[in-house]
Amino acid sequence: MPKLLAMRGNEAVAYAAKYARVEVVAAYPITPQTIIVEKIDELISKGEMDAEMIHVESEHSALAATYGAAAGGVRAFTATSSHGLMYMYEVLWWTAGSRIPVVMAVVTRAMGPPWNIHVSHEDILATRDTGWLVSMAENNQEAFDLTLQMFRITEDPRVYLPGIVGLDGFILSHTVEPVELPDQETVDEFLPPRRQPYVMEPGEPKAMGNLVPDEYFEELRMDMQQSMENAVKVIREVGREYAKYFGRDYSELVECYKCSDADYIVAGTGSWMGDAKIAADKLREKGYRVGVMRLRWIRPFPWSDVREAAMSKKAVIVMDRSLSTGHAGPLFLELSSALEAKPSMIGVPAGIGGVDISYEDIERFTEKAIQLVEEHGRVYIPAMWYHLGKIFPTYPSSNVKLD
Amino acid sequence: MAVNIKKLPKKPYVIPGHAACPGCPESMGFKYLGMALGDKAVVVIPAGCSSVIQGLWPRQGFGLPILNIVFAAAASTASGLARALKRRGVDAQVVVWAGDGGTADIGFQALSAAAERGEDIIYICVDNEAYMNTGIQRSGLTPYGAWTTTTHTGKKQFKKPMPQIVAAHRVPYVATASVGYPWDFIAKLKKAASIRGFKYIHLHAPCPVGWRFDPSLTAKIAQLAVETGAWILYEYENGKLRLNPPSNRLIDPKKRKPIEEYLKLQGRFRHLKPEDIEMIKKEIETNWEDIIRALKIQGDL
Repeated sequence: MPKLLAMRGNEAVAYAAKYARVEVVAAYPITPQTIIVEKIDELISKGEMDAEMIHVESEHSALAATYGAAAGGVRAFTATSSHGLMYMYEVLWWTAGSRIPVVMAVVTRAMGPPWNIHVSHEDILATRDTGWLVSMAENNQEAFDLTLQMFRITEDPRVYLPGIVGLDGFILSHTVEPVELPDQETVDEFLPPRRQPYVMEPGEPKAMGNLVPDEYFEELRMDMQQSMENAVKVIREVGREYAKYFGRDYSELVECYKCSDADYIVAGTGSWMGDAKIAADKLREKGYRVGVMRLRWIRPFPWSDVREAAMSKKAVIVMDRSLSTGHAGPLFLELSSALEAKPSMIGVPAGIGGVDISYEDIERFTEKAIQLVEEHGRVYIPAMWYHLGKIFPTYPSSNVKLD
Repeated sequence: MAVNIKKLPKKPYVIPGHAACPGCPESMGFKYLGMALGDKAVVVIPAGCSSVIQGLWPRQGFGLPILNIVFAAAASTASGLARALKRRGVDAQVVVWAGDGGTADIGFQALSAAAERGEDIIYICVDNEAYMNTGIQRSGLTPYGAWTTTTHTGKKQFKKPMPQIVAAHRVPYVATASVGYPWDFIAKLKKAASIRGFKYIHLHAPCPVGWRFDPSLTAKIAQLAVETGAWILYEYENGKLRLNPPSNRLIDPKKRKPIEEYLKLQGRFRHLKPEDIEMIKKEIETNWEDIIRALKIQGDL
């Protein structure tokens, strides 16, 4: 029987690794990821999880050891945050380019300096170009569900790429929520034995990752791009299957809340999108038809879903918990491009470094954005920074005078 | 451990299609690795000459399974791979084949951690005493006085004592070897493979391109390094030090060939002044003093 337990997001992720029958875990401690590693170590010590833990000396080694284990033919898992993710950055590329399925949890956190252990998306969004699948959970149940699904998606021969499950530091990682844990038997039915494109076996000479002529290198990258396209289909299939086994449907890469009749869409990713839904309801009480579009997947980018949901709207307000300094928020740039900037686009960098953003804050900047659109007609504002209740127009300047 | 050549695998483990320079010590060493471990070996190679030597896809010049990895992560990748193969019940020996930079510089942290964890791998440092693959830049294992493209007037520091540093981790097996003494290297590889836990072999590998000598002289230079006492063959088994032939006969400096015989064949030492040669002699003496002291403490001398 499935059981409903109260647990922190990090524990939900650890349990997902256990249910997936992960065999090797290599990790290095970094706040706010640590509970994942501690919990897995505890589960192994108690005999509840049959896996080897490699206590490495750095994140660079954490992903390298995870990659080595996965290349050796077993399901492998790691987790990190922030500086840890950046420290292993080159290994992210190596793992994806090697086409070795690996699953990693990224507990989102700001990059220093100054030191800051709180939520920001600059770490996870820096993985966009590496060839990893990237998803973001809104709550602890979803962190569990996405982790479990990620094993099946990444090990699908149409994909064969590693995958990241993102969950917001402290807001999910350290916050207790109810999480339904399934039966192991049901998980075993849902998640087939590991598949991977090759295994390093003695007596079978092969060279993985050696030099190739440039033309083949480029073709390998083209194949990865094709696999990302395939992943969209696989994610839908696996999400639908997940509903059959566990009752929760993940066939959509983008979650739309009251989008169909909306004039204005608030878009973004991660845990604060729950607050955005409350803000949308409040704004509807004021007579603004607002919907919320939450990106559950960053890579593959849910291009068609986003266009279907938002292309014909009056305006899209993009909440970015990260900034490409010198331009705009990464999600703003990606959504502007996917939507060909046909709706009015307003980018709102906010909540960076864990600055608390309540639903009232979201209501406030969204209302401001709506007023600008109603006053000026079409607007394009890449970075209307919202900080402590005030609007700060930042680089690049827009055609709209903000005060 | 005696090695019978007739009982070693006949299978060639370095085959046409490899991209080594003429006289390359790494292709020699890799051949001995295959002869010693045969098809049991699964090799992890970080960035370095052997990333290139193994050949350009779709050809492969090394007849063993090879997992290439980024520069700093050889020992960590091998740790994960060894754990996975063990879990799957596969009879294999995971081997790291890394250069001096990949071992003593950028790969040092991962190596130290894998040694501390006691990972069941053989870590081989193929030491050609500089970053040869990128064009002869100095490393932590470049010896005093050697010219490189980043030490134009000769390196002013001494070589890191890597085998002693690894031995200080109290791992079950640490050995030095040389491409000039294949039987010694093969015997040490076989011994290492029979031991569970972390094993380290430091293979001296004279590089004709980087050291500026004729490619026909690789084995001779390697032997001269040992005969002059500049490179010492020894092994630590469970912490116990033993000198190996011919180094065990060279404790008395008078029995060693003059260091000049080794230095004069190498263009990288051409600029040396008499006082530089004195420094090199002093470094060699210090290395021997360390060995002699350890042997005395053990009661073996």
